[in-house]
Amino acid sequence: MANTDLGTSPDDVQFRFREDEMADHGAVTVDAVLEQSNASAVRIEPGDDARLLLPFLDRLALVEVNFPSFADGRGYSVARILREAGYEGELRAVGDVLIDQLSHMRRCGFDSFAPDKRLDEEDAKRAFATWDDVYQRSVDGRTTIPELRHE
Amino acid sequence: MKILTGNDLKTGAVVWWDGSNWSLYVDRAADVGDQGEEIMAREEALRRVNVPYIVEAESSEDGVRPAHIKDRIRALGPTVRQDLTLKPQDPEAIDWVI
Amino acid sequence: MYQYDQYDQQMVDARVAEFRDQARRRLEGKLTEDQFKPLRLMNGLYLQLHAYMLRVAIPYGTLNSRQMIALGDIADKYDRGYGHFTTRQNLQYNWIKLEDAADILADLSKVEMHAIQTSGNCIRNISSDHFAGAAADELVDPRPYAELLRQWSSFHPEFTYLPRKFKICVIAAEKDRAAMRLHDIGIQIVEQDGEIGARFFVGGGMGRTPMIAPMVRDFVPLDQLITYAEACLRVYNRYGRRDNKYKARIKILVHELGAEEYTRQVEEEFAHLLDQGVEPPRAELERIKTYFADPAFEDGPKNVDRSDPDFAVWVDRNTHRHKHDSYVSAVISLKPVGGIPGDATGEQMRLMAKLAKQYSFDEIRIMHTQNVVLPHVKIADLHALWSELHAAGLGAPNMDTIEDMIACPGLDYCSLANARSIPLAQRISERFDASGKTAELGELKLKISGCINACGHHHAGHIGILGVDRKGVENYQLSLGGSEAEDVSLAKITGPGFTEDGVIEAVDTVTDVYLAQREGEERFLDTYRRIGMEPFKEALYG
Ligand code: HEM
Ligand code: SF4
Repeated sequence: MANTDLGTSPDDVQFRFREDEMADHGAVTVDAVLEQSNASAVRIEPGDDARLLLPFLDRLALVEVNFPSFADGRGYSVARILREAGYEGELRAVGDVLIDQLSHMRRCGFDSFAPDKRLDEEDAKRAFATWDDVYQRSVDGRTTIPELRHE
Repeated sequence: MKILTGNDLKTGAVVWWDGSNWSLYVDRAADVGDQGEEIMAREEALRRVNVPYIVEAESSEDGVRPAHIKDRIRALGPTVRQDLTLKPQDPEAIDWVI
Repeated sequence: MYQYDQYDQQMVDARVAEFRDQARRRLEGKLTEDQFKPLRLMNGLYLQLHAYMLRVAIPYGTLNSRQMIALGDIADKYDRGYGHFTTRQNLQYNWIKLEDAADILADLSKVEMHAIQTSGNCIRNISSDHFAGAAADELVDPRPYAELLRQWSSFHPEFTYLPRKFKICVIAAEKDRAAMRLHDIGIQIVEQDGEIGARFFVGGGMGRTPMIAPMVRDFVPLDQLITYAEACLRVYNRYGRRDNKYKARIKILVHELGAEEYTRQVEEEFAHLLDQGVEPPRAELERIKTYFADPAFEDGPKNVDRSDPDFAVWVDRNTHRHKHDSYVSAVISLKPVGGIPGDATGEQMRLMAKLAKQYSFDEIRIMHTQNVVLPHVKIADLHALWSELHAAGLGAPNMDTIEDMIACPGLDYCSLANARSIPLAQRISERFDASGKTAELGELKLKISGCINACGHHHAGHIGILGVDRKGVENYQLSLGGSEAEDVSLAKITGPGFTEDGVIEAVDTVTDVYLAQREGEERFLDTYRRIGMEPFKEALYG
């Protein structure tokens, strides 16, 4: 099969916020999923349309979203779209993932992180905890500030 | 001649490479010949300068004059606030820019 | 006006701490400039021509005297004694040290201010009508909606790395005083069948390809406002161009897809998002509105004593009709003859703060024309106010005249500039003041940008000037016929460019054409629209 060496391995994952076993095999492209492969792991590139995957969410255990450059924010919409559609498997941010994007990624539904360059643990811990409360409803299930104000 | 400029990382001040250090004064700028890239890479890595670049300039007995007006304004300060420039009293300073 | 509660304060404080940490990591070399740049930009910190520049947000242009005093104090303590008010209702400091930036943000947070998202490819400061909450002609006060959008857009997790910057404007009158349709999203609060709702215009902007935003939805119910905005942004985040920085604004997406197709995609996303609970509870809008309740207006004299002729001129030019007939909104011009448009010293900021406290229920507004408004001044107090302004050199009676030009910082401060804009502004105001032509010309909006980015709105000027680089020499293009108001239009270039002296002559020439051709009460713009470009070209190029 084409592209089975796509994707990160468990060793590349630096932060993970799930208890289940990590998928330990390569991912395939979005096109490959659409072409009826039985793969349970897929890798989404910035130009891919995440909504094409919606019919296949049940059988996916791992979705990797690639950030070739941290400045390309399409992956944030990808993550939310998948979570909004009910995807519950692992959602991994890979590529140019840096300290200062971690908290927003987490809020958009990423629950695992495989940065190209390993991040400073202390700095990352601080980054994940940046916001005590948040303004917007996202897929992280947090009660928003407007809601807290009117509880 | 080719000279180097950039901003001080901490203060943001405009600085010019004088051959061994970064100076506020363009007149002290050194001709870097074809060494520019090398010096910039080294100095940036040492965080002694921020976003350096190479500038064409002319040297004469009056000092060093960058070829582009933008760098002359950087060297002096805003032409509309001479009081804030490096030469607040010099009646010819603004003419030097333009 | 709006006041932070513990949550708003906590957000801003968290941001200050986060930025302090980022600046530390930069100074320690843990972040490269490439990595640090987008982070500092999201806190309004640029590296400009002479130093770092800090852009402070003035949300929807509203501030109180305590905040204005803090801005003045920062100018004195950390900068070189002044700041520059911009067309985006922001304030820019030009001489900031990276080492001080976090301390400045901390000082700002003490008066409920910040520099969050004043740059970077994110949702920027929300702008609004500078007479909001005061104007006789507004439907409602647009600022509560702007505040709702401010909170929603602050640290938005999905929309922080958009293809390009994103500017939203909210107004609530038929008269557009905020260039609403030249924003990425322009929202007009409207009434339909007795209900208040929002009309959305998407895909306007200036820059190198100016466009007027088409309407994508004529009525969004208020309890779906945020959801609709979210849908507009999501379509943009997914499909806006990222291959070319100059084609990355939403106006290009809307233009390339066509307004109809863009709207279809937004509606589809909107239908989906309606189930996601992204809309804040309706009670939140009501809570915010309570902060914008009218101050305790009192009845008083409704007529101005015009016996002092200098005062009468200022009243005619620089005041605006208020919804309470014993009050007016007073414009403090930051365009003294020969001055730098939009600049104010720390001392002037503190004076304006004092006057706001004394005469305007502690409220101040910043205009997109780089002036300052005291929104609620009793007619009975006007003369006293004017006397103080006049004595401090802040009493120029020139609102909306040729002397009230917009000018971007240009090559004197801006690293992207091709030419200087400020000296032009200075020389034009001196010349027209000296010849006495200013008053004769009446409303004439002159707008000057130092490069194609159009920060000085030259596309929307009745007369626009654009600085270009002609083989290393400053050169200026003249354009005519633009408007940022409800009669929005884009200016057209007259022909070949001019030198600095030449463009000043050219401005004089086109105003002569107008004076010779004007009929009745026509403004420059009306005459231009009636007679077209030819007579002006003829006079300019013979
Ligand atoms: C000195 C630092 C500044 C820099 C580096 C800067 C940069 C830019 C750039 C690159 C654009 C073009 C964006 C595009 O078309 O995609 C732009 C547009 C704009 N800027 Fe600035 N600007 C600066 C100062 C200002 C100032 C002082 C003002 C207000 C007087 C301002 C207000 C605007 C406005 C209104 C636009 C055009 C509206 C739009 O299409 O977004 N900017 N700026
Ligand atoms: S228009 Fe150009 S010169 Fe003027 S402020 Fe904007 S980027 Fe700078």
